[in-house]
Amino acid sequence: MKFQTSRQTAARSMDAWNWLAVPTLTCLMLTLLFALPIRIFGLLPPEPVFLMVPAFVWAVIRPSILPPIVLMVSGLLIDILWGAPLGLWGFSLLFGYAGVLASRSFASGQGQSMNWVWYAITCLIVELTAYLVTLIDLQAAPSIVGAFWQWAVTAALYPFAHQLIERFEDADVRFK
Amino acid sequence: MSLRDGPFQDLKVPLTWAAAMAVIVAGVAGLGLLLSDRRETYKAEAYGAGRVVVDRVVAPAANVLSTPADWARVLGNGIGDYFFAVSENRRLKLENARLRQWRDAAIALEDINSRYRALLGVKIDPPIPMVTARVVLDARGPFANTRLANAGQERGVRVGQPVMSDAGLVGRVVGTGQGISRILLLTDVASHMPVLVDRTNARAILSGDGGPNPTLDYLRGIDPVRNGDRILSSGDGGVLPRGLPVGTAVKGLDGHWRVRLSADAVPIDLVRILLFKDFTDLAAQKALQASKMPPLTDVPAPVASSSVLPPALTSKPAAAKVVAPVAVKPAATKPAPTKPTALTAVPPKPVAKPSVAAAEPVR
Repeated sequence: MKFQTSRQTAARSMDAWNWLAVPTLTCLMLTLLFALPIRIFGLLPPEPVFLMVPAFVWAVIRPSILPPIVLMVSGLLIDILWGAPLGLWGFSLLFGYAGVLASRSFASGQGQSMNWVWYAITCLIVELTAYLVTLIDLQAAPSIVGAFWQWAVTAALYPFAHQLIERFEDADVRFK
Repeated sequence: MSLRDGPFQDLKVPLTWAAAMAVIVAGVAGLGLLLSDRRETYKAEAYGAGRVVVDRVVAPAANVLSTPADWARVLGNGIGDYFFAVSENRRLKLENARLRQWRDAAIALEDINSRYRALLGVKIDPPIPMVTARVVLDARGPFANTRLANAGQERGVRVGQPVMSDAGLVGRVVGTGQGISRILLLTDVASHMPVLVDRTNARAILSGDGGPNPTLDYLRGIDPVRNGDRILSSGDGGVLPRGLPVGTAVKGLDGHWRVRLSADAVPIDLVRILLFKDFTDLAAQKALQASKMPPLTDVPAPVASSSVLPPALTSKPAAAKVVAPVAVKPAATKPAPTKPTALTAVPPKPVAKPSVAAAEPVR
């Protein structure tokens, strides 16, 4: 893997295109694909929150100014794509991102299974935030079963998050 | 390019604090957007230009991406039709025989209805034009249940218009642009639709919750609904036309009455958008405003002699005037001496009803 560096220091700067733009665009593309009205054997595919993967990974790899802004903008795009209230997913994902950022000193360096649990808890925080925001905003309770299924399929995406962490965690040694 | 590669390369900021600040700023911006968003309202401007622009970009891409899947579906259906042609033919013959019976019943009912309408002078709803559109995007999460259809303002689609599939009501339009329209499904948590129970005429509000079966809220009356009752749009408030099929009532596991949507019976690939206008919009508002009540000064002064007469006598001629057209007609056609009294006694009943029936379409 090749990273662009301008200064020969121990802390190599990571290329924003590789660690921010590519995962974001991939997630938006997958969200669009899963939102197509296609039935497989008469069943509609699930609707996971793909952006949860980079939101978790970015906070685990290193704190930065850009990820919250990218999350907010891509969350807005998802809101428009799904027809959700503007700001719902941006706000909820930021909540999850902030949670991982706050707990990264305790949880980083654990094994894959513990990281999976950490990721699943983060997904739960994001779903709960979206649930509560909808509840307060519309004065109506969304389906708990629906929210549970969305959480479950999103939590099942951890292997992709693990791949991204493996790829980028050595990029900036100051945050090891 | 990283931020540290530019003129700011020597600027040292504590990254964790800077990231936390960025989270707070973005979070506040998100919260502000959330509070200002009102996608469920009937106002066209509530949808926002940003949404229209993104929808217009996404719709053609989604159309192209779903085309191979459509081809595969058509191919699969073709193969299925070929192999199951005989059984399908038998099923269709049976269905055709059953539908012929329904057709005869419908013709008879139509005839009776038209006679009643002529007799009572009921003003019925005007026919509603519609456009057919293809669904290109389908969001089905717990927090948003919407669809994007490829027909928009250029075909007369407006915010608030009802959308139907082959089987029943799907939702209503919440946003339109050139070539696109966003449909808020009945299952969306922001959807609230006035409905009625066909059997009892009881009113309720159909509220979505992101699940497949929306709930029946604000049910009134004693035992207003039973399992399997047909649910129709009530037309209350003039938002939707009355009588659109919605689904059947079922008791949910949580004890709430829910609706199994008719639209779920078949895949919703194509939808019909009813170009419905609120009937109050159809009325000539200027003419209504122009006609004023007569001024109070024109009322004649009370005559002293009329106050002597009993009220029954004074009101009698007026009542005879109203009933006369209905009452005289049977008397002329039936000259039998005993019958006319019965015939003249019966008509006042239907006369009282039309005032209620005629008032309904106005809403």
